[in-house]
Parts: sequence; structure tokens; C-alpha cells
Amino acid sequence: MTENMTSSDLATQMIQVRNLHKSFTLHTQGGIELSVLSSTDLSVSTGECVALMGPSGAGKSTVLRCLYGNYLPQAGAILIRHKGHMINLVGAEPRNVLAIRRETLGYVSQFLRVIPRIPAIDLICEPLVTLGIDPKAAREKAAELLTRLRIPERHWALAPATFSGGEQQRINIARTMVVDYPVLLLDEPTASLDAENRHTVIDLILEARDRGAAIVGIFHDEEVRDAVCSAQHHVAVPSAQDGTQMNEMNSGDKQDLAG
Amino acid sequence: MSNHDQPLEQPLLRVTDLAKSYGGHAACREVSFDLWPGEILAVVGESGSGKTTLLKCISAQLACDDGRIEYLMRDGVMRDIHSLSEAERRFLMRTDWGFVHQNPREGLRMRVSAGANIAERMIAVGARNYGKIRGTAEDWMDQVELDPARVDHQPNTFSGGMQQRLQIARNLVTHPRLMFMDEPTGGLDVSVQARLLDLLRSLVTKMQLSAVLVTHDLAVARLLSHRIMVMQGGEVIETGLTDQVLDDPQHPYSQMLVSSILPV
Repeated sequence: MTENMTSSDLATQMIQVRNLHKSFTLHTQGGIELSVLSSTDLSVSTGECVALMGPSGAGKSTVLRCLYGNYLPQAGAILIRHKGHMINLVGAEPRNVLAIRRETLGYVSQFLRVIPRIPAIDLICEPLVTLGIDPKAAREKAAELLTRLRIPERHWALAPATFSGGEQQRINIARTMVVDYPVLLLDEPTASLDAENRHTVIDLILEARDRGAAIVGIFHDEEVRDAVCSAQHHVAVPSAQDGTQMNEMNSGDKQDLAG
Repeated sequence: MSNHDQPLEQPLLRVTDLAKSYGGHAACREVSFDLWPGEILAVVGESGSGKTTLLKCISAQLACDDGRIEYLMRDGVMRDIHSLSEAERRFLMRTDWGFVHQNPREGLRMRVSAGANIAERMIAVGARNYGKIRGTAEDWMDQVELDPARVDHQPNTFSGGMQQRLQIARNLVTHPRLMFMDEPTGGLDVSVQARLLDLLRSLVTKMQLSAVLVTHDLAVARLLSHRIMVMQGGEVIETGLTDQVLDDPQHPYSQMLVSSILPV
């Protein structure tokens, strides 16, 4: 499953999606088949940030979830550069997917999955500690991020279950951004943030790009999108007549299309 | 089987084509899987799906009719657990393996003190110094959030959640490499469950444990496991990364299980 890049200009490629197909068969609802992605291609290099564009229901989140190994595609390849090799996530052993997630793939979901009783700061330290970082150093890095994201220090030791939506989203962002992942997947990271925090998140994303992270994201907020993205990728809505036919239009340069 | 030519990475447990039936009724059929070091595998399914039979077979509590169960011994050699001598198997069960029963009364001696429950497994691996044993027992009570001052109390005087935590301490004191857990949060109140899950989650990470966890509770599987195996009628019908199976189940039965969860 390792593919060696021959050409040197391909060496910076971090994500390569080829001919990705994803459909859902709803067995509990009469076996309806929903085709969401058909022959999606996408490629992202280091330092690039690609915005997934398209109306609600077009399959933007589905693309991200496939890229994270959370959804199982029917066909195609998702190559992620992990420790210098392009590894195909499609068909990979679960423990390999977990290793790639641990070191290479960061994912900010729309909602924080709260773990009962665990303090916010420990939640943020956890990915670092798993990577073998000294717990004290991890705590310092987590504290720094929490401060930047304006989470009051008196909340750090609390479990985030009772936090507001915006605070939970910032915890979620911090939990991912605390590790310098080479690849980041962001699902509306600023959806419920106020202007100040939105700007902090923009800064964090730009800093990640500067250090060379390859990013794919869904950004409904035009200001955020304009600030962080280097390219757009359009995900087409499945056509009503023919569920299997969907055209993907991949534009490398920046266009101002309504999301 | 020299250590030399083997790949560095080996599964801790390898189950191949396991079968077990009770008088013509197949409880487990053609079950195969690998468990890797540090991995938590959740076996989910409704009652009667064969998950507890599977757990009993792979932990050598029940003889299987067919198939191989190989375990990576501490010397790096994979051995079929049914080819071990009775003494070797007992030693494994008392030291390298742990078993957390749904009902803590099955895993504890109710007539001896909490400290003695923990000490028993230490003595099995050769601990003899009374002071040290007592100190370690107290330390483990503390780690599972039991008051060490109650070291001399009988488990009878503990609540269900406390008994469950004592059972866990008793198992972990020998630093096992593999834990078998049968509905570990089964009969507990929701708040007690959350505390226990959190405790298990941190201990499993801290001690780099591998575990096979049988549960019908998909939330427990999501919180604790890396990988899920869905069983129905004695067969494994779907297996994969935990969040993938729960968020994008493929088999009609898995979809039914996932869609049956009541939202809170």
C-alpha cells in the first residue's frame, strides 16, 4: 500500500484522493441507496488549504469523514503521506488507520464528543501524551492554547460537558491544534465562535499552513475562508434523477462562488 | 520458532476458526481475529449472539470444539493455549491475564478482606513480604479510587461500584498484558458507570493493556475500544475501526443495532 513518488515536485503532496466513491445503503429504511460521492479526486500539498465548497447535503462532510477513515468508501483511493510514505486509507488495517491518526491526521469535528469527568485541560493534553510527550510539557502547551482561545483558567479543570457551544468548539479545536499534525481536516471550525475567537482560529490555521500542514476544510464563513484558503474544491449535489451520476469540478484557483 | 526470523510485530492473541456448540446449537462459528498489543477490541451484539461464549473460550475457561487460540507468551513465542499444561494455563490466568466479570461477586472472594483479595494474585506470582503486599494493596485501592483505610474490610460491605473497582484492582496488581472484560459496567448506576469507564480508560492507557471487552452497550464500546466486532447468531458479521462501525455500519444488523440507540 506504499506508493513511491517518482517526480520530486510530487514530494510535497500530502493528500491524494482518486476516484472516490461513497454511497450509503440504508438497510433499516427499505434498503434505499444514497450515492453521495462518485469519482471524487482531490490533491493537497504541504502548506495548502483547500476549502470544500457546495450546498448543504452535497457531501462535504462525507469527504472529510472518508479522509479520516471514519466512513468506508466503496471504491477509490485515499493516499495520505504518513512518515514519508503515501499510505492508502481505503482498506487499511484499523490499527494502521489509528497510527496515521495519532501522528499525521488531525480532525476537528463539528461537535465535541464529551468524555464524562475528564477535565478540559486533560482532554487537550491527551493527544500529546499519547505521542509520548512529557505530561508537564503537554500541559504547558495546552495551557497556552487555552489562553489564546480565551477559555477562563477557572474552567480548565472542569469537564466540558457543561460548557457553552462556543467553548466546547474551542476545546475541540485546541485538542486537535495542540499537535502539529502534517494533515488537518476541519469541519466548520468557526461555526459558533464570536469575532475575536474566529480571528484566533484563523491565526491558528495560518500558523499551521506556515509550518507546512496540508489542510482540507469546510468553512461557511466567507471571511474565514478568504483568510485561510489557497484553493477551492467543489462538491456537487447528487442529481435527483440519477443517484449515481455526480460531477465533481475541481478548480485549482480561487473563485468567489457562493457556498 | 526462533525469535530471529519473526517480524518484530506480532499479535498478542490470534484466534482462528473458533467454533463452539452446545448440543447441536452453534454458539460460535468460524470466529477469527487478531488482537494487537495495546489494542482494545469490543465484541458487541445482543444477548445470545455468542459473545460471552467467545470470551470464555478465548480465556481458556471453556473448551472450544474447533479452532486455534494462540497467545504470545512473555518469551515471544506464540503458543496454542489448549496445548499448554494445566499448570501453565493456571499461571497465565493468575498473572498475565485478568478477567473482569459483570458480577464482581464472581471475581472476588467475598469472605476475605479487600486487601487479601488483591494480595492473592500477588502471592501467586511470588510476593512474600507482608508489609510490601499490604502497601501495594493499599496503593491499588487508591488507584481505583477506593479508600485505602478500608483495606481490612470485606467486599460484602462495599457497594456494587466499589466491588467492581476492587475486582479491577485485584486483576491489575500483577500487571497483566491481557484483560477479558464481560460487561464490566453492566449492573451499575449510570453515574457509577461513568466513573468506572473513566477509570478503565485511563488505566488501560497508562498500563498499555490489551483487552477483549464484551458489551451490549455501544456507548461503552465507543469510549473504550479501538476496534469493534459485531456478532449475530454466533458469527462475526462486521468488524472494523470503532468509530467507523458506529458511524457508518455496513451490515443490516449493525445498522439496526446502531439505529436502536435512544438519543439522550
